[in-house]
Amino acid sequence: MSVELGHFALVLALALALVQSAAPLMGARIGSLPLMRVGEPVAITGFALVAAAFAALVLAYVQSDFSVLNVWENSHSAKPLLFKITGAWGNHEGSMLLWVLILALFGALVAAFGRNLPPTLKANVLAVQGLIASAFLLFILFTSNPFNRLQPAPIEGRDLNPILQDIGLAIHPPLLYLGYVGFSISFSFAVAALIEGRIDAAWARWVRPWTLAAWAFLTGGIAMGSYWAYYELGWGGFWFWDPVENASFLPWLSGTALLHSAIVMEKRSALKIWTVLLAILTFSLSLLGTFLVRSGVLTSVHTFASDPTRGVFILAILVFFIGGALALFAVRAAALAPGGLFHPISREGALVLNNLLLTTAAATVLVGTLYPLLIEALTGEKISVGAPFFNLTFVPLFLPLLVAVPFGPLLAWKRGDLLAAAQRLQIAFAAAALSGIVSYFLMDRASAFAALGLALGLWLIFGALTDLCLKIGIGKVPPSVALGRLAGLPLSMFGTALAHAGLGLTALGVVAVTTLEAESILTMRPGQVAEIGGYSLTFENLRPFTGPNYTEDRAVFAVTGEGGASLGEIVSSKRFYAARGMPTTEAGIRTFGLSQLYVSIGDETASGLVVRIWWKPLVTLIWLGALVMMVGGAVSLFDRRLRVGVPARRKLAVAAAGEGA
Amino acid sequence: MTRKQKRLAIIGTGMGFLALAAGLTFYALGQQTSYFYMPADLLSQHAAAGERIRLGGLVQPGSIKRGEGTRVRFVVADSENEVEVVYQGILPDLFREEQGVVTEGTLGSDGVFVADTVLAKHDETYMPREVAERLKEEGVWQEQ
Repeated sequence: MSVELGHFALVLALALALVQSAAPLMGARIGSLPLMRVGEPVAITGFALVAAAFAALVLAYVQSDFSVLNVWENSHSAKPLLFKITGAWGNHEGSMLLWVLILALFGALVAAFGRNLPPTLKANVLAVQGLIASAFLLFILFTSNPFNRLQPAPIEGRDLNPILQDIGLAIHPPLLYLGYVGFSISFSFAVAALIEGRIDAAWARWVRPWTLAAWAFLTGGIAMGSYWAYYELGWGGFWFWDPVENASFLPWLSGTALLHSAIVMEKRSALKIWTVLLAILTFSLSLLGTFLVRSGVLTSVHTFASDPTRGVFILAILVFFIGGALALFAVRAAALAPGGLFHPISREGALVLNNLLLTTAAATVLVGTLYPLLIEALTGEKISVGAPFFNLTFVPLFLPLLVAVPFGPLLAWKRGDLLAAAQRLQIAFAAAALSGIVSYFLMDRASAFAALGLALGLWLIFGALTDLCLKIGIGKVPPSVALGRLAGLPLSMFGTALAHAGLGLTALGVVAVTTLEAESILTMRPGQVAEIGGYSLTFENLRPFTGPNYTEDRAVFAVTGEGGASLGEIVSSKRFYAARGMPTTEAGIRTFGLSQLYVSIGDETASGLVVRIWWKPLVTLIWLGALVMMVGGAVSLFDRRLRVGVPARRKLAVAAAGEGA
Repeated sequence: MTRKQKRLAIIGTGMGFLALAAGLTFYALGQQTSYFYMPADLLSQHAAAGERIRLGGLVQPGSIKRGEGTRVRFVVADSENEVEVVYQGILPDLFREEQGVVTEGTLGSDGVFVADTVLAKHDETYMPREVAERLKEEGVWQEQ
């Protein structure tokens, strides 16, 4: 019964979304306030209906109602409760429902908390949100309905893909979607501004918190996905430049650019047209990502069951929204008044440089991702573009950006002094360079790249610290005054420093792992010892174990450090999930400080068990850095200055954050 | 600087970056992409020894040979040809006989394919798309 109610709620939500996309738009056009205000209650009710539908689906999963096709295909009565719940979005239909749920949530938040928005802008924003919701609700109801029944109902389900039976599924997709879909708000604001043909600095002030929130969620979502793939797939890699990964990275790159250009627009009312274009492009890339992942047109290691026929529907949605928005942009952009002037060497100039590098880097990733599709369409040849391509294109474009980051916050608006900024960064530069040189000799000159990379990462971190120190006047005023100033510093300045330092931490981790990682593949018999990264691993034994819905063989390794001190054990296993007849590898990971030992096991052969061991120095910094970036975004959101005159916005950020937790 | 000069400076820098990106992209696309081959393709068109390619097909039943330590040998086949593959490391969990597989590496001059990557899939009913299309054309394999 609840399943039918859920289905019905979804149909009602579609009807409301259609109303939401028409009435406020019409109201804004003819200047009718009552018609414009229709959008608010409709958006909130629509969200409640989608939430009810989602709850109905989760309930069906919790109750293991196998008369629902979707539940039968993806669940099993012996599955732990957490995975029954998360299994609701561990499949195509459910994940699309989650997508729409988050879209409706953002729409409802604008409706509920955007009280001080000009009525026409708000009406248009809600209308565009309604239009996006209508398209995706149609998609769900016609091609991907999770509420389809199965007659007669089977007794047992086919179980969820074992790789998805992990806490990662509870965190990664919701975070990622909060980011992806969060950019729909920036998109709606951009399209609304184009419909009105009017845009000003206040527009950027409204858009910035939304973009910031979406960006923070996306950062967390990508990092979480990366860590999940790292420990779950058992290959020890944190990033494969796989199409599905690129699909989430592209909106991140352009979203980061948008975040920075919106600052210029808000403070200096320059770069208006560019900011609007970036807002459109960022959500377009999110849609493209959804299409690539859901249609399976590209071969990916992360693709789960996909259906090309549904891809055509999403492609149509893609063409409609991207094409429509860009066409509107082409017609209306010229009408938007150009903004303020600035010298190329200035804060604005630095942010423009940031935008140029980020967007060109994004363009190379986009080309690398779509090139195989293009070639296949043109010549029929099947090719693949892998990590070497991206190392050769993306990395050279991203490195100058990393070098330039510490300069940006030190340059003044309108006209800056590069030399003065460089002078103020002397200490940071000297410290980073010195650390690089010292580490080069400490590592016995093993890798100049590692030393350079280390210096670069530290340069970002020290640069961020320098910025904070200068702002509170350390060395110029007594420490007590400096401390007082530190407490009085706007939160957004801490946010900037945290985000930039987080980027430095991630860079450090990436450099350390790619240049200093040690790897060993060998066969081991019980009692045999493997040495790696200064640790010794003794293979003790292989013991069987039975879990709730799987059986496994656990290989136990005793770890000893230098000098023979016991450091406990690492357990890696080969699991077998009977319901799907599917084996998985569970990697054994131990963290020492910021570094990790990573062990995965293979088949048993005549000469022993195949074992692959990695020593991954500083690997955790990759994700800790992303976490710091995310915290930086969140801290900025609470900035008083972002709230001046818009007290309601803070609540909304909290509500959004609560939703992601 | 006049307004025009400032604008030119920005456009110039932008164009510079775009040119750099385009240059890098074209160079990398020429160097760093790998072509996909089925065993039958290797009969008609020769991949140069040492060129990085992807080889896809079905794992021939009874062809998986372990026992040289961490080295594994198996045969990737389609209806017309078969290629011996040697791989060092841990095979993906879903690597099985008669299963579609995509391997990446280089063809040795002795005709043995030295793979450094064997692509794993996350789903037991999943068939690599390139392999599935070709096998369907050849009528060897049907969608379930």
